[in-house]
Amino acid sequence: MKHLLSTENLSLSNAVRILDTAEEMAAVGDREVKKLPALRGRTVVNLFFEDSTRTRISFEAAAKRLSADVINFAAKGSSVSKGESLKDTAQTLSAMGADAVVIRHWASGAPHRLAATDWIDAAVINAGDGTHEHPTQALLDAFTMRRHWTKLAGLPSTGADLMGMRVAIAGDVLHSRVARSNVWLLRTLGAEVTLVAPPTLLPIGVEKWPCNVSYNMDDTLEKGVDAVMMLRVQGERMNASFFPSTREYSRRWGFDDNRLRALDSLGLKDTIIMHPGPMNRGLEISAAAADSPRSTVLAQVRNGVSVRMAALYLLLSGDTREPAATPKESK
Amino acid sequence: MAERPAVNGTNSNGTDSNATSGTYLIRGASILGAGAEDLLIRDGVITGRGTDLSDDGATIIDADGLIALPGMVDVHTHLREPGREDAETVETGTRAAALGGFTAVHAMANSTPVADTAGVVEQVHSLGRAAGWVDVRPVGAVTVGLAGEQLAELGAMADSRAQVRMFSDDGICVHDPVLMRRALEYVKAFDGVVAQHAQEPRLTAGAQMNEGEVSAVLGLTGWPAVAEESIIARDVLLAQHVGSRLHVCHVSTAGSVEIIRWAKGRGINVTAEVTPHHLLLTDELVRSYDPVYKVNPPLRTDADVQALRAALADGTIDVVGTDHAPHPSEHKECEWAQAALGMTGLETALSVVQHAMIESGLMTWSDFARVTSIAPAAIGRLEDQGRPLEEGEPANLILVDPAARWTVDPSAMATMGRNSPFSGMELPGKVVATFFKGHPTVLEGHLNTPYRYPADVPAAGTAAGN
Repeated sequence: MKHLLSTENLSLSNAVRILDTAEEMAAVGDREVKKLPALRGRTVVNLFFEDSTRTRISFEAAAKRLSADVINFAAKGSSVSKGESLKDTAQTLSAMGADAVVIRHWASGAPHRLAATDWIDAAVINAGDGTHEHPTQALLDAFTMRRHWTKLAGLPSTGADLMGMRVAIAGDVLHSRVARSNVWLLRTLGAEVTLVAPPTLLPIGVEKWPCNVSYNMDDTLEKGVDAVMMLRVQGERMNASFFPSTREYSRRWGFDDNRLRALDSLGLKDTIIMHPGPMNRGLEISAAAADSPRSTVLAQVRNGVSVRMAALYLLLSGDTREPAATPKESK
Repeated sequence: MAERPAVNGTNSNGTDSNATSGTYLIRGASILGAGAEDLLIRDGVITGRGTDLSDDGATIIDADGLIALPGMVDVHTHLREPGREDAETVETGTRAAALGGFTAVHAMANSTPVADTAGVVEQVHSLGRAAGWVDVRPVGAVTVGLAGEQLAELGAMADSRAQVRMFSDDGICVHDPVLMRRALEYVKAFDGVVAQHAQEPRLTAGAQMNEGEVSAVLGLTGWPAVAEESIIARDVLLAQHVGSRLHVCHVSTAGSVEIIRWAKGRGINVTAEVTPHHLLLTDELVRSYDPVYKVNPPLRTDADVQALRAALADGTIDVVGTDHAPHPSEHKECEWAQAALGMTGLETALSVVQHAMIESGLMTWSDFARVTSIAPAAIGRLEDQGRPLEEGEPANLILVDPAARWTVDPSAMATMGRNSPFSGMELPGKVVATFFKGHPTVLEGHLNTPYRYPADVPAAGTAAGN
């Protein structure tokens, strides 16, 4: 594995390895000096074609804690007609000696293009591409769920998967790279996923995904769930008739105070509430839910740095290749 | 082929043949895939067909093992000139056409300026004659500037020297039902046909690929089959209502096939076209995010591919049209969403159709002649193309080596476009010779010389052209 482009093709062993390495990295974050010399002299470029302060500073913190040199490149609005092409940008970064490129792009597949072409030789990490994937978000979500899930079982987190965990992912699945990356990764880790969304916000073809689909939030909660992940919904979607109004959306699909109380009355005392942020309080999630003890929102942010440290470390130290069948005897 | 003798030397008369007076004796070609016969070509006409024809003064072409077919006619080519000469010119595009076995191409109207006036279609027509590789038949735009608001001067284009009979806003759908109705009605005045790019615009806003299982995973905005099928359904009913002639460009879905089959069953005057790439490739290729696979309409599923093949074989789909769409490399070396739509096709069409339709057992070479030459010539009202290979007929024909195998290398093509989705594939069949108006534009699989129209040969001491 030279690149981290998606979770769709991430093997169980590599996924667990990233999560385990992230546990080690998390320990660094608890120390007084939050820094490792692992990537000293290596250059990590944050190439952002789309604004995302949260993701960028998370990657920046991760790279800096590993002592890498960090270059932030905001290439917003770049296109063939306006300014520089992706190819020219990539070749420029290559000429400057970038070892890793963390790319956020509004176009699905842009990180794949960087990885598949000879434009640049660096390791490519997908930091979110269009409505395709956001693998480090899914990994930090899985990391957060694994800590919770193993703690309930009284087991160590390291080495564990998510076998048997019931996860509901609710909201705008159609436009969500977070949902896609989570569906693939949670399947690989053995969790049971249910997508909850209005039919308009589910992609044609979702029936082939390795998960359940529900149009009803309350039914999903009643069946029992260990984690509820609320996806950000853009209020403007109602202008394209994806739903009639933000109020109706909130009532039918949002995690409001009634549903927060329902978790208690259903006896789901250990169910956590997750959100990748940024949250629309009052739309897909109520303030009480976001701020409740069940909420893992801030833990997710904290874990994001550890997971991104793990990804950078493993990719740049060339340590995530699948075990070779027969090691070559040479030298 | 290496063992075949050179044929483009002086003929046995010892005279240097001028443009139209060449005499060629094709020895032992399998005519449309049937028994081997000789064909004698003289002054642009087939003057003999039979066995052991006399070689009196003719250049002999040994066609043992080759199939003789009527020259292919493309109803759907983008030559890019005027306006995008960095992508293709009439010269380079028609060289590619000749090499691909074509003797006529219909040049789509989405040039810059748009071919929506008699002036522009005459310009393209003149460029085609000057190039001399194939008959270039300009397609006129249906609406001014392809804007879908006001009819272009269809009659003026029909009456021009280009004698336009096919009209299309290809690339953009004539989606306004009233405008489409009027266009269908109006072209009846000069036996024209409206070639529709069937794409409901609202259902395809921002569309990037076929909507289905693959688009769901890739997070690319879907182009649903219903956006094509709903327009075709409307248009066949409009064509029936006004009693006009409709041609459907690049049919891409199984559902469209069913609607066209239904329409033909009702006697509606509709013809349909399929591209070589829709006969072979599927949306699974988009998983690479390589924009060489980005095309409009998009690559569909295997079920669609199989339905299109069956429809071409049974005549529901009448013709193969290449939708040859060359682009400069920078328009493909970018993000998928940024990339231009389209693929080259002129130099691979024969091989892809042989592979998908003939070697699969769905069609014969005689069927091939029907869908690549006879039917397209009829749609475009080209009287001297798509004719039988018989005595007295115009000598627009090709010789094909069906046993050849070659690996597609876009960098070796005559088109300026390098955007071939078949790059690296091994395909069957090779065009060995192309005769356009009796003149070999291609010999030994290589470009020979262009045909020169008699009226265009400048007389000594006079300025050429007017």
